[in-house]
Amino acid sequence: MAVTAKPVDLTTDLGFLQLRNPVLTASGTFGYGLEFEPYLDLDKLGGIVVKGLYYKAREGNPPPRLVETPSGLINAIGLQGVGVEAFAAKVLPKLRRLKTAVIVNVCGADDDEYAAVVEFLDKQEGIAAYELNISCPNVKKEGACPALSPRTTFDLVKRIKAASRRPLITKLSPNVTSIVEIAQAAEEAGTDAVALINTLLALAIDLETRRPKLGNVYGGLSGPAIKPIALRMVHQVASRLKVPVIGMGGIMTGADALEFLVAGAAAVEVGTASFVDPDAAVRIVGEIDAWCAAHGIAAVRDVVGTLKTA
Amino acid sequence: MPIERNARLREVQSWGDHFRLIVDAPAIGRDARPGQFVMVKVSEGSSPLLRRPLGIHDADRNGFELFFRVAGQGTEILSRKRPDERLDVIGPLGRGFTVASKGETAALVGGGRGIAPLFFLARALKASGARPVVFYGGRRLADIPLRDRLEKTGFELQCSTDDGSFGFAGFVTALVDKELARVKPAIVYACGPDPMMKALAAITAKHGLAAEFSLESIMGCGIGACWGCVHRIRNENGDGWVKICEEGPVFPGERILWP
Repeated sequence: MAVTAKPVDLTTDLGFLQLRNPVLTASGTFGYGLEFEPYLDLDKLGGIVVKGLYYKAREGNPPPRLVETPSGLINAIGLQGVGVEAFAAKVLPKLRRLKTAVIVNVCGADDDEYAAVVEFLDKQEGIAAYELNISCPNVKKEGACPALSPRTTFDLVKRIKAASRRPLITKLSPNVTSIVEIAQAAEEAGTDAVALINTLLALAIDLETRRPKLGNVYGGLSGPAIKPIALRMVHQVASRLKVPVIGMGGIMTGADALEFLVAGAAAVEVGTASFVDPDAAVRIVGEIDAWCAAHGIAAVRDVVGTLKTA
Repeated sequence: MPIERNARLREVQSWGDHFRLIVDAPAIGRDARPGQFVMVKVSEGSSPLLRRPLGIHDADRNGFELFFRVAGQGTEILSRKRPDERLDVIGPLGRGFTVASKGETAALVGGGRGIAPLFFLARALKASGARPVVFYGGRRLADIPLRDRLEKTGFELQCSTDDGSFGFAGFVTALVDKELARVKPAIVYACGPDPMMKALAAITAKHGLAAEFSLESIMGCGIGACWGCVHRIRNENGDGWVKICEEGPVFPGERILWP
């Protein structure tokens, strides 16, 4: 096969944000980014989505917080974290030195807290966009979150979009009857992009004790087990929305990432893979590059939305 | 904390369902300190998905050793590895034990496979001129396979079995309690099941002894990113869920809160 002489163009244009490549790290799987500095060059990533931030530091759920399932991981961390003030004082100054885009995942116990987080972060420099986390299944009873209804999604996205000076990516939950309906509500409310999927609400049982394997009873399933569901949802949403889609769910390799691009995602987030291999996201950038070169593809954007269904 | 993708397994030794693996990995071996751990990828694919955290059993400039008991899918796969196979390992990780000073006596309390990191610690103590006394307990004789190796290495050793098939009959914590007045340790180190360490914490607190315990947990990443391996720890500003992989796995005994 002829190899293209020119290097593959990996740049990714989300409209509101230009990325050096389409690979971001998924919130909740990459800490605050700096934990990974010993293992990879953060500047080689398209972007870093840092762990979800509430206004105040947060306790999280009682252990056990993790359980492995076939090709999957169920977590019920409960968004333990440092809060925005400590993030701005201790973490952001270091992230600001990076060349890669820093996206902050924004959380709230109620709409007012989401607004307060954004209001505080709007005064800080070095943030490229917000990812609105309306879909964490581990903080309220039975996975309740704003992303489960078009109404609550619309209201929250509208409020935060109006309050914020930065682009907004809305992260959606797969635990719904129609992901398209929710995505459309987010688009109508003015979101600049949608990211999907968050984890699937799940349960693991210890048969001998007949107790749940997680302290929180339910948790969120991630990893290769959920990739086919994520691909289907990304395809459904990307086919119907005008705003860009950021796809995620079980991406372990460059081939996995490329499948999401083919399904219609403009960019991807690498999650659980970073637990297994801390340098997975950068490896995946290299694998995307190599695949495109081997297939004579000049620019990775040419792969986006090329699924042949006819 | 290098990622060693191609560490050669030099030797495998086994006692029933207990295994000792000697691994060539100079970069990890040189940096390792007693009480630290490594994250081992046990299979190529996604089953099981996560790496396994294992305490460093011993280390030198050539590499490190692991000692474990087959307890699940991960350790079962690891136990079938043969010499010359390659291992994908991240480490050394976490904060280890504070090695007692010259002339001090240290009690090392290992419950079952919890003996793993204490062998490395005992060697370091000996090298620093301290006097390590090892208490090694299990439910039955088959649970304490390292007794010969510990004795041959020249450590003072006292064993216990819950069923009385070898050494002191009863829990290792009862043996420690009985021997404290005679051994007079300046510090007590421990690694083992939570109930053992909880009981030992009560003993060390009663006698006002310094203590360092190594905690165990399932871990997602081992590098502080997933917040999956927390334990309740007392800090200056109250109690909280603290990451075992990052601030531990070794904690001062008095800071560990038990359910």
